[in-house]
Amino acid sequence: MSTTATTAAAAASARPRLRWGVPAYVVFVAAAIVLAIVVPKTGYVFNISLQATTYAIAVLGLTIVLGLCGQINLAQAAFFGLGAYAVGLGQTEHGLNFWVCLLIGSGLAALFGALLGASTLRLGGHYLAMVTISFQQILTLVLINWIPVTKGPDGVRAIPRPAFFADGSSYLALCIAVLGGLGYLVWHLRDTRLGRAMRAVRDNELAAGVAGIDVYRTKVTAFALSAVLGGIGGGLFAGGFAYVSPDQFSFAESVVFLTMVLLGGVASPIGAVIGTGLLILIPEWLRFLKSIPGLYLAIYGAAVILIVLFMPDGIWGFVRGQFDRFKRATAPSASGDALQLSGGGVGTDTVLEVRKLSKHFGGLKAVDEVDLTIKRGGVHALIGPNGSGKTTTLNVLSGLYKATSGTIMLNGQDITSLPPHVRTKAGLGRTFQNIRLWRSMTALENVMVGAERPGSPVGNDPASVVARARAALAFVDLEHRADEVVAGFSYGHQRAVEIARALASDPALLLLDEPGAGLNSSEKVELRNLLKRISAHGLTILIIDHDMTLVSEVAQHITVLNFGRRIADGHSADVLKHPDVIAAYLGTAPDVAA
Amino acid sequence: MDLALQLLFTGIGIGSVYALVALGFVLIFRATNVVNFAQGEFSMLAAFLMVVFSVKVGLPYWLAFIVALMGMALLGAVFNLAVYYPLRHRTYLPVIISTIGASIFLANTTLAIHGPEPEVLSGWFDTPGFLLGPVYLDSQYLLIIAVTAILVALQYWFFEHTLLGKKLQATSQDKEMASLLGIPVATMIMVTFVYSAVIGGIAGILVAPVLFVSIGMGAAIALKAFAATIIGGFGDVTGAIIGGLALGVIETFGAAYISVPYKDGFAFLVLIAFLIFRPQGIFGERVAEKA
Repeated sequence: MSTTATTAAAAASARPRLRWGVPAYVVFVAAAIVLAIVVPKTGYVFNISLQATTYAIAVLGLTIVLGLCGQINLAQAAFFGLGAYAVGLGQTEHGLNFWVCLLIGSGLAALFGALLGASTLRLGGHYLAMVTISFQQILTLVLINWIPVTKGPDGVRAIPRPAFFADGSSYLALCIAVLGGLGYLVWHLRDTRLGRAMRAVRDNELAAGVAGIDVYRTKVTAFALSAVLGGIGGGLFAGGFAYVSPDQFSFAESVVFLTMVLLGGVASPIGAVIGTGLLILIPEWLRFLKSIPGLYLAIYGAAVILIVLFMPDGIWGFVRGQFDRFKRATAPSASGDALQLSGGGVGTDTVLEVRKLSKHFGGLKAVDEVDLTIKRGGVHALIGPNGSGKTTTLNVLSGLYKATSGTIMLNGQDITSLPPHVRTKAGLGRTFQNIRLWRSMTALENVMVGAERPGSPVGNDPASVVARARAALAFVDLEHRADEVVAGFSYGHQRAVEIARALASDPALLLLDEPGAGLNSSEKVELRNLLKRISAHGLTILIIDHDMTLVSEVAQHITVLNFGRRIADGHSADVLKHPDVIAAYLGTAPDVAA
Repeated sequence: MDLALQLLFTGIGIGSVYALVALGFVLIFRATNVVNFAQGEFSMLAAFLMVVFSVKVGLPYWLAFIVALMGMALLGAVFNLAVYYPLRHRTYLPVIISTIGASIFLANTTLAIHGPEPEVLSGWFDTPGFLLGPVYLDSQYLLIIAVTAILVALQYWFFEHTLLGKKLQATSQDKEMASLLGIPVATMIMVTFVYSAVIGGIAGILVAPVLFVSIGMGAAIALKAFAATIIGGFGDVTGAIIGGLALGVIETFGAAYISVPYKDGFAFLVLIAFLIFRPQGIFGERVAEKA
């Protein structure tokens, strides 16, 4: 069978830029290691190189949390300090081995990172910013004041290096090797399932949850990973310089780390290294600035504002942008596989059973004791005038709103109180009225996230995820644009990608929130055909729309809401003739006389 | 018991300062949906301006106060134009980073110009205070509490009973709708920044005689004020005031009965406790996004 061959080809063409990237990277890192060992260095050059290398590891952490996941961390110097003090105190005070200390240090950083993240990441980003600043301040207080344990403001002296790496050059080579290895991991993280989940959370949290991503866990993971990298960098730093003191890990240093990642570019580990290198070298060239206290940090502060204003993607982002202008479009390859839709299996006759569902906002009963039964197969439409509670119903069904009362059963499973991503696992797929794609990701990546939802039929195998995503894109006739970033797509194409994303997850029930809104007439024809094709594959659809032509053409069954209550339910033709429905839409009672 | 009363008084005094700065946070947050991380620097700068005009230039105290606040109004306007306005259509993250950059810039520019030595600013009154029963009432703390009470009352009246106040409220609730109704949203946001800078400035000048006037005072106050807004309930004006007062009292008692070196840590512990057990704060507010 050619399936494996085609999927392998598909996987390769999804990331053409890696073909030369990996060997080039390995050669570059190896060259840096050899240089570190062979070239004789003055103490000054050694110090600068060591500082840049260990800092860059911590800055890589920010590439993950800020660049990939879009969460802020203003305590990276604190995590760096945890690693440094673990290596320092562990060896000098407790006689532990260097590597054990490094492990403890990164473990501590991970623990505190996870705790901070877990307590804050359910809330908005402002909380995280302030809580990380607070943590940073507390750690500084503890380092200075808990003298019996931390040795206070004097710091820790005479920190040894591990066996075999006691000499400066070999230790530097070790640090470069660690940086190279971690950089490689961070580089490839973006194209893993976790990395895509992080980027999805960054671009649109709500859509990420509905696509089956555990948003909270993804954010906490990103934050803890970032803290670990801070801890490793700090541990190596302590071994390299043999001395640590509280002022090296202050809030000011966290700001320096932040500036480094912003300057270089948050999107790539290369940006992290560029930013770190520049911000360690530039102040050395401008040493005279340090003669006036404050001036140097004042320039950092101004630089942060200017970068955010004028170079939001950093130096590497800017350079990449220039490259991309000349990049040839990659030739599309056909997947050959047709999209398989199971329609949620054959279980019961009823896919969705909603009983007495209510959603109140204060005194407003947006949805009021609505019953809804959706039979397997076919298209079910939920219609009603503006403000009748259709979208609210859909949001309660997909878990974005908590139901005030009532029950929702999907395939016989009670999903009433489950969070959105667990409902997706249970077999719910949806699109949004105002399209919610992850705009900085390609069409293929958007759909891949759908394909790799928990409990998905393709499992965790990357090649079959790619194959399924391509098949889903082919289903909506967009396979030729798979590797393009969706931000540049037309409205109709974005809508199609959103539907493909939901289809790729092989749902038992597809919820479509006004899919026809904003489409022109030819796009509407395409949409109608697409819906008919989906339905022909046995997938059940619940659609909300205002376009009566579309609804009456595709739906076999219609439920009508008005003022949050169900006023009619039945076969399309009957419902559309129902007097209450006509009254609700036209605002007058039909003239029964004559 | 006497000590407790004394601590309560001091706590409310210092808490009033947190409340004023928290008020500045909340107003800007409501107008722009962004937390201004440079809010504390407004207090620090105002205290330094006060030192310059009152001690160095030798203006009368009240005149120096007015001149310093005019400086703050100007700073608020420039801050809006340089740090917030160009980023108003971006997500909150660039704006947060930009205000953090501004905070570092303001603090360290002050450091570069002035040098690291802290300054001393005398209080408004010549009498340092008096005894009321067992409690010694420091005159500067009394002034802080009185001014905070008056400002809060004035602000309430302003928002509820003036047209400008109502326009500001409309802007903070729904910018799009406000602009459709002909309210100049950009101007309203400008007014908010100017007002927040001034109110932060008043807090800084009031607290200056109690603390030293130092570069780090802004960050320290801002951290507590932010904790106060979370404790009170984010975005809620009453919550910010109650939260600020509560934090001042907790911190003063903590320093007296538990530990002085870790005084600045209590705010953080209370903050974490609230985040875990009651993230919506005392005057809880929903944090939800529309689909």
